[in-house]
Amino acid sequence: MAISTSIWIWIAALLTLSIYSFLYKDNPFYKFSEKILVGISIGYTVSIYFHNTIIAKVWNPLVHDHNFLVIVPLILGLLMFSRLFKGKAYLSRIPIAFVVGTGCGMSIPSSFENLFKQVQGTMPQVFTIGNIIILIGVLSTLIYFFFSVEHKGIIGKVTRVGITFIMIGFGAAFGATIMARISLFIGRIQFLLGDWLGIIS
Amino acid sequence: MFLKKQLPLLVAMFMGTMMIIQFFIPHPFSKNVYSTILDWLMIVTAFTLLIAVQSTVQMHITKIRRKVTDWQSSVIVLTALGITVFVGILGGAYAPTNILMKIFPNVQPGSDTPLMYLYIYFQTPMQATIFSLLAFYMASAAFRAFRARSFDATMLLITASIVTIGRVPIGQFFYANMPEVVEWILNYPSMAAQRGILIGVNLGMIATSLKIILGIERGYLGGGK
Repeated sequence: MAISTSIWIWIAALLTLSIYSFLYKDNPFYKFSEKILVGISIGYTVSIYFHNTIIAKVWNPLVHDHNFLVIVPLILGLLMFSRLFKGKAYLSRIPIAFVVGTGCGMSIPSSFENLFKQVQGTMPQVFTIGNIIILIGVLSTLIYFFFSVEHKGIIGKVTRVGITFIMIGFGAAFGATIMARISLFIGRIQFLLGDWLGIIS
Repeated sequence: MFLKKQLPLLVAMFMGTMMIIQFFIPHPFSKNVYSTILDWLMIVTAFTLLIAVQSTVQMHITKIRRKVTDWQSSVIVLTALGITVFVGILGGAYAPTNILMKIFPNVQPGSDTPLMYLYIYFQTPMQATIFSLLAFYMASAAFRAFRARSFDATMLLITASIVTIGRVPIGQFFYANMPEVVEWILNYPSMAAQRGILIGVNLGMIATSLKIILGIERGYLGGGK
């Protein structure tokens, strides 16, 4: 393999290196890349929303399908801009209430579903050591987070067990997060040495 | 007063109650209502995003106008944002727009859009690099913070070490059954703790949602009169 001749690969490689330069210290190359990332991320989100939502869900239904029901969310959305006018800013509370209320209404049944799934998973169908560990771990963790009763006596002892389980859970989550970051790092090094410099295949 | 306070509370209560009732009605009409409301939610969310963008742009313009320290950074942010929005809106997101195909006749309907080039060669590498950068800082923070000072801290340290080492070939070099040990930790003690936390989170979400629907929790309306 040879060094890449694609300008896009060169751009990606130089941006990658400029971000890694932060490992030495904060510098103008890092700052430049960081600001470009902020700008592009916002611009990308706006563009995706424009095509997937404004065009696909407002413009096309309204202009091509003559679905005038779309005017309702359009007015609600436009009311958000009332925040820009000091005296009428309170009107933006209506679309916010719409979003929050709808989100809450949707989340209650799905939260119950998730809750029951977790409870069902905790109930042991066969008494194995693993299943008993799960049962004890879930109950002790729940009791640890129950602050209506003082953590003393038998409750205190159960919460100690709960803390141990929580620490194991956090440790596992931390280890998994480190490995996820390491695999990203390996991916970037593979890109630099393979796609860009052509040293590895 | 009605427009300022009661109407938003009524809207939240009506929409919340309707979405709960809708869930329990297995009728095509109910499913239609659900998908329509979901579309409406996306439309309103798109406008709230525009407000966020407007606020960001306003902040950077103010910084440039006042020539505050590091105002040049704001110029870079606004330039990158402007170019991305321009090529994104005119050129298309996943498929090229008719305008782009008219300007560049060699661009076909199945071609990549300029926005995708920005995404693949600018945004993705930089995001992956920044996240991979955190590996170094997490490792150094762990080195300083992880001390086996108590039983709980020792458990955290041991679990994190086993899960980290057990996921790479060197783990098997130390102990042949290391991957199985990691699987067991993840499937039983770690799962138990996460399940307990998840049950708590779901109960919290149900309680908070009910408080909002019933108008007890009004923090989302913001301060002021």
